[in-house]
Amino acid sequence: MSDYNFAYLDEQTKRMIRRAILKGLAVPGYQVPFASREMPMPYGWGTGGVQVTAACLTPDDTVKVIDQGADDTTNAVSIRKFFEKTAGVATTTSTAAADLIQTRHRIPEEPLREDQILVYQVPIPEPLRFLEPRETETRKMHSLEEYGLMHVKLYEDIARHGHIATSYAYPVMVEDRYVMDPSPIPKFDNPKLESAAIQLFGAGREQRIYALPPHTRVVSLDFDDHPFDPSRADHPCALCGAEGSYLDEVITDDRGGRMFVCSDTDFCETRRDAAKDEVAA
Amino acid sequence: MYVAVKGGEKAIDTAHAWLAEERRGDRDVADLSVAQIREQLALAVNRVMAEGALYDPDLAALAIKQARGDLIEAIFLIRAYRTTQARFGHSEPVDTGKMRCDRRISATFKDAPGGQVLGPTFDYTHRLIDFALAAEDQAANASQVEAQSGDAAAAEMPRITDFLDRDGLIQPELRDDTTPPDMTREPLAYPANRALRLQALARGDEGFLLGMAYSTQRGYGRNHPFVGELRVGRVDVEMEIPELGFAITVGEVTLTECETVNQFVGSKSEPPQFTRGYGLVLGHTERKAISMALVDRALRWQELDEDNSGAPAQDEEFVLAHADNIQATGFLEHIKLPHYVDFQSELELIRKLRAEAQAAQMVRQPEAAE
Repeated sequence: MSDYNFAYLDEQTKRMIRRAILKGLAVPGYQVPFASREMPMPYGWGTGGVQVTAACLTPDDTVKVIDQGADDTTNAVSIRKFFEKTAGVATTTSTAAADLIQTRHRIPEEPLREDQILVYQVPIPEPLRFLEPRETETRKMHSLEEYGLMHVKLYEDIARHGHIATSYAYPVMVEDRYVMDPSPIPKFDNPKLESAAIQLFGAGREQRIYALPPHTRVVSLDFDDHPFDPSRADHPCALCGAEGSYLDEVITDDRGGRMFVCSDTDFCETRRDAAKDEVAA
Repeated sequence: MYVAVKGGEKAIDTAHAWLAEERRGDRDVADLSVAQIREQLALAVNRVMAEGALYDPDLAALAIKQARGDLIEAIFLIRAYRTTQARFGHSEPVDTGKMRCDRRISATFKDAPGGQVLGPTFDYTHRLIDFALAAEDQAANASQVEAQSGDAAAAEMPRITDFLDRDGLIQPELRDDTTPPDMTREPLAYPANRALRLQALARGDEGFLLGMAYSTQRGYGRNHPFVGELRVGRVDVEMEIPELGFAITVGEVTLTECETVNQFVGSKSEPPQFTRGYGLVLGHTERKAISMALVDRALRWQELDEDNSGAPAQDEEFVLAHADNIQATGFLEHIKLPHYVDFQSELELIRKLRAEAQAAQMVRQPEAAE
């Protein structure tokens, strides 16, 4: 791929993206507009995450790409191949071995370290978008910290269903200032947003980047009498037996048979390998 | 037994191989050359250049071939290529008044200096399938009439709206020498100025703009357009070379330009005047240029002190945020990607809510539980 620059984007573009990332890190939770480029994969398929990753990569980095927690889902494979081809970087499926992890819809189960970067693919960066479709309005609401509408929505959920009816992309408050969309991760993952790693969020089609520096305070929105509940399926993983991991439900036959397995494939495999070693030892 | 969704990598490779085979089709049928597409599917090539925002007929033709004739896919290929190209400068504004027109019509005047030139148009054809074309008989296709090329008709063609301008009947467009914003280098911010709006419309989806324009004709933000002038032809592209210090012609592009003359506005201080909508598109792309002019005019309601009737075509954020077919198709089609993590959390929630609702029902109707 000598026709393209390292990691596809030209250096000017990467510099522009890095500036947006730095601004995002300086103002945690604030959505920084950036001149998103057309990428050779479709909008909505991770172009924001890919641009952020491209801007962060150095030739010595090892990259991991997951989608739905798994390394072997088709789009994760496609994006991993993209960076193998355009940046020639090493790739891995091991969470611990990765310098940079690009993710869609999950945070790895294994706690991340300070020398790691987690890049999220974000479809709709604006947490208020479904309450107010106009960008001019939502920007004003953020600048005035006018988040009443969001609380009313959550309250109405409780009034109607007895629970807050948002189970993924559950809104959070960052450092008591900005309400932020954590991307469509299940709310089970929300507590992991307080992390030692740098977390970067890229929304390509919507031209926004935002960030959480390490150890930023991130609080899931709730009420005193209806505290936040990071729920998960009430089963252990059928493969590794983990009881605290997020589970996928897999339909096993056409008679209602199903099983629950870890969505984080690396976490699950590492546990199974460790169990095997124990038996062998 | 659970079979993990392994083998994504192999599946992708195999799918790509199959796609390549499907693209080629039956090998007993001759391969389509890029030149054939460029020459014989020229309007498809034009659309791909316009919405791909890159003037290169050969590349557009190749993209159409690679995309199996899916024009939005071809536009995507062009955009993704375009974005990797280095920028070394920008051209002077093109002078469409000096266009070498293949086609130039006005619906507002019976005749005007330069005349009405129909050019190669479908307008007055009867839409009857020409079975003779299927016979692939070159002789039958040979035109009986000597087609007149643009150069032969290259008389001076002053712009129709200039006549109205001279008499003060149409609102003048003020000359503005500020550098226009560049939507490919800066994130789109609202409110956008007209230059930015026109930029977004020029690369916007033809179908979307057609629908928007059509809605204004049917009363959603009506603005009574006349096609003051529609012209299609070639213009020189000039660029100032820093080493030379003056502009030289670096190439030629075909453009379609449409100026609509719309209902007049007036105020206490200003007598009534016509106003205009403007469309300018790469290539021969009439439907798009006319649509663009109508939508441009609808979006000018604020500047012209008109009422906002709440019509979609008057809503800048609505139109600009949804006009780009590459953004739209990407986001639309991304719902094909796995979403099982999110769906799982919805499953958990709905089971919980249903269990609670059923328990509540049992409390209300204990006899029904037996």
